[in-house]
Amino acid sequence: MSNLPNETLIPHIGVVTDVRIDTPDVKTFRVVAPEGGVCFKHIPGQCAMLSIPGVGEAMFSITSSPTNTDFMEFSIKKCGCLTSWLHMMEPGQQITIRGPYGNGFPVESDFKGKDLLFIAGGIGLAPLRSVINYVRHYRSNYGKVDIVYGSRSKDDLVDYNEILNEWCNEEGVNVYLTIDREQEGWDGHVGFVPNYVKELGFDTNKTAIICGPPIMIKFTLAGLQELGFDKTQVFTTMELKMKCGVGKCGRCNIGSKYVCKDGPVFRCDQLDELPNEY
Amino acid sequence: MYQIEKARLGELFARIAASGELILPVENNGTSQYGTWTPEVEVRLDRLNTVRSAKDCFFPQTENLMGFQMKGKEISIIDQRKPCEPFTVFGVRACDAASFGILDRVFLSEPVDTYYQSRRLAGTIVTLACGEPEETCFCSVFGIDAVKPGGDVSCWLTEDTLFWKSLTEKGDALTEKVKDLLTDGDEAALKAYQEKISAIHEKLPLKNLSLEGFNGDATEALFDRPEWAELSEACIGCGTCTFVCPTCQCYDIRDFDTGHGIQRFRCWDSCMYSDFTKMAGGNPRLTQKERFRQRFMHKLVYYPANNDGIYSCVGCGRCVAKCPISMNIVKVIKTLGVKNHE
Amino acid sequence: MQRVIEIIKEKAGKLLADGTVDRVIGWKDGEFFYDPTPAVFSAGELENLRYDSFCGANVSKYLIAETKKEGKILALLKPCDTYSFNELVKEHRVDRDKVYVLGIECRGKADINKIRDLGIKGIESIEELPGDELLVHTIYGDKTCKLNDVLLEKCLCCKSKTHVASDDLALTGEPMPEAPKDRFAMVAKLEMMTPDERFEFWRGELSRCIRCNACRNVCPACSCLKCVFDNDASGVASKANADTFEENMFHIIRAFHVAGRCTDCGECSRVCPQHIPLHLLNRKFIKDINEFYGEYQAGADTTSRGPLTDYTPDDVEPSIVMKRGGDQ
Repeated sequence: MSNLPNETLIPHIGVVTDVRIDTPDVKTFRVVAPEGGVCFKHIPGQCAMLSIPGVGEAMFSITSSPTNTDFMEFSIKKCGCLTSWLHMMEPGQQITIRGPYGNGFPVESDFKGKDLLFIAGGIGLAPLRSVINYVRHYRSNYGKVDIVYGSRSKDDLVDYNEILNEWCNEEGVNVYLTIDREQEGWDGHVGFVPNYVKELGFDTNKTAIICGPPIMIKFTLAGLQELGFDKTQVFTTMELKMKCGVGKCGRCNIGSKYVCKDGPVFRCDQLDELPNEY
Repeated sequence: MYQIEKARLGELFARIAASGELILPVENNGTSQYGTWTPEVEVRLDRLNTVRSAKDCFFPQTENLMGFQMKGKEISIIDQRKPCEPFTVFGVRACDAASFGILDRVFLSEPVDTYYQSRRLAGTIVTLACGEPEETCFCSVFGIDAVKPGGDVSCWLTEDTLFWKSLTEKGDALTEKVKDLLTDGDEAALKAYQEKISAIHEKLPLKNLSLEGFNGDATEALFDRPEWAELSEACIGCGTCTFVCPTCQCYDIRDFDTGHGIQRFRCWDSCMYSDFTKMAGGNPRLTQKERFRQRFMHKLVYYPANNDGIYSCVGCGRCVAKCPISMNIVKVIKTLGVKNHE
Repeated sequence: MQRVIEIIKEKAGKLLADGTVDRVIGWKDGEFFYDPTPAVFSAGELENLRYDSFCGANVSKYLIAETKKEGKILALLKPCDTYSFNELVKEHRVDRDKVYVLGIECRGKADINKIRDLGIKGIESIEELPGDELLVHTIYGDKTCKLNDVLLEKCLCCKSKTHVASDDLALTGEPMPEAPKDRFAMVAKLEMMTPDERFEFWRGELSRCIRCNACRNVCPACSCLKCVFDNDASGVASKANADTFEENMFHIIRAFHVAGRCTDCGECSRVCPQHIPLHLLNRKFIKDINEFYGEYQAGADTTSRGPLTDYTPDDVEPSIVMKRGGDQ
């Protein structure tokens, strides 16, 4: 068997070493290779195919930064069959993992030296967390970092502890949190992310990175344009149904682009050139 | 170039089959299907096309990918790939032979699909020129010459003679195995036959179908055309067109609990199916109009955009003949194209 | 004498003009005459409407979606199609009030595959001649054949020339030929086989299945919003012929599910790209139902209870299965 060529559809084993409950429906899973360390290298914004054999396989963005070589993390919202099974896992459970897939964020090109504005809604923080922590690691390579993050309620903020204890305390990093509705014990901002972004009124010399529900992306992009941002300054990351992860199974295309291979990260002006079918 | 009497084809097939599986069109209750040659099967070289295309030989409808054993919290992965034994496909029409190049661009591009690759490397393709094309044929529209059908070996079958011409190293190797059954080919006779069938191909009603307006840059011009609604109106959302198509290559990956472990397999999937793009969170192609549009946009625009302008259709006419409601790529091209309005 | 298409267009035109209906569902031209496509027409589009020997497709199932839309639709239904229509009305899939049924004359529909089986190739177009003769223009020259020799399987055993649902009729008055063939002949032949022979027969036929779902998607009795075979949560979802027996189960379960509701419209066999005689499965059920419960024709009306969804003290006992199942 050893002389057979490498086959991307055949996964590796991953061991779940830690399960963190983030919100009522989001858990973050720490995954390592059986021999320890990460299963493979990746760049921020790339994804991996996770599977419980017999249940299914699906694409998830890698939440941890590649600067972390001890483990990978995946923040996963319970929304379907496979994710429900994943949520039942306990530490020590093995899963299968293959990847990395997708283009990732241009952290070594377009983003370098720039002021970065991260805008996330709900579970949309998952792919951005990888970039944010990467940028924090190579802090001197990037300019000022602003993070606007909102969710339905305080309890739905993913990675809340890391945000409070690390991001908020870092120099040159500003964190703006918001929740959709007033809530007891919350003295921060209340309101939807797109409106909050407009209220905050950022300088247009920044590069913006948005991820969240499609409706939030749409309105946030419109808000940024009102502020004077050009679509070439705004990046987002997409999600469609995938099976292979390498542009062959034929289902995650938007026009001629495959989200798994040509994405998931798109610059908003590039996305504009694609048909509106996502 | 060689030839053999038509009456001795059985000997030729037996010889080829002696050194590996021989797959060719055989009779199956009134239909032709690619099947394994045995002395008992009824070979059907007279029917133009098999119902299923020759892609099955390299990209079967279902294939096992890998197995898993689950023990407590532990998983072991079983690589089930086996080296593919050499085989020959005989009687492949020019359209199907051209489809392999289209599939290659998908499966052999990085990262290579090793399941497909191993079959592709092991298979020798013997094509057969089309002496009696059907009205549904339009391969010439895609630059395919059914009179000179390509493959590793090209064959021409007249009333009494099979002409045999090797085109590649694989073809030479196969020729070597059957050479003592063959005699030197009568070039003039072959030329005369080719001219005769060329004249028939000239009469095909779809030969002047124009592809003007379809190319990798046509997404914007075609995507929102109102005609998609009418074209897709009667589509029943079955997978017939995609499954008989020699270039459709979409697949699904699924797991099956065998009772002794988990078998992961892949199977053909169809963009015409409602669950093709359905996620827990929604579906970007909600109605049959979007699914229908995807199929034809993929063949005529998206695939060319990613593959040097090559279309993902070979004009075999299977979808034309088989669609339950008689809606097909020809009607799409005629409706949305630039030059097809009579 | 006025041709039936002219009568249809005249009546449809009037109904559109006076606002009785908003749309018409029928057939429009294909490439080669033998391949019309079901289509919906609005006022002003009727010139594209056609009706002839190749309009075999049963358009009644489209009415499920069409009656969910605004307005009323005129449906062109052949006698056999009206049975499917009644069954859909009975099952509350089609809103009867939103359909105006124009029952149309039918002299039997041609099967293009049977024309090809006569050795006719390269068919460019077909003309219908008087006397139910077809003149086939091909790239290899003109050929002729008789409509009667190339009828669809469903027409060989035409169940009736009477429309069981209609608001109006479009008839030329010319008598419609009756079909003498016994539709249960092949079923009876299969019943005479040993279980092994029968198993062999079906394995052979079903081995060609490519699981394209054309039979299911075209079937007027298969009107579930979500088919169990498309539902991941069902545990039997399948789109692969992962092993050949799975295919057999798909067809057998489907036949069970439409039993008592199948009108024998024959669409499953007409659309099967692999020419699998799927109608035989349905006819076996129909034959058994007739034998166990008395003659029953699904879709004959919109009110009666089907024998499998009704109870009478004389119903056969389940043990009949054992008794008839052979000597196991």
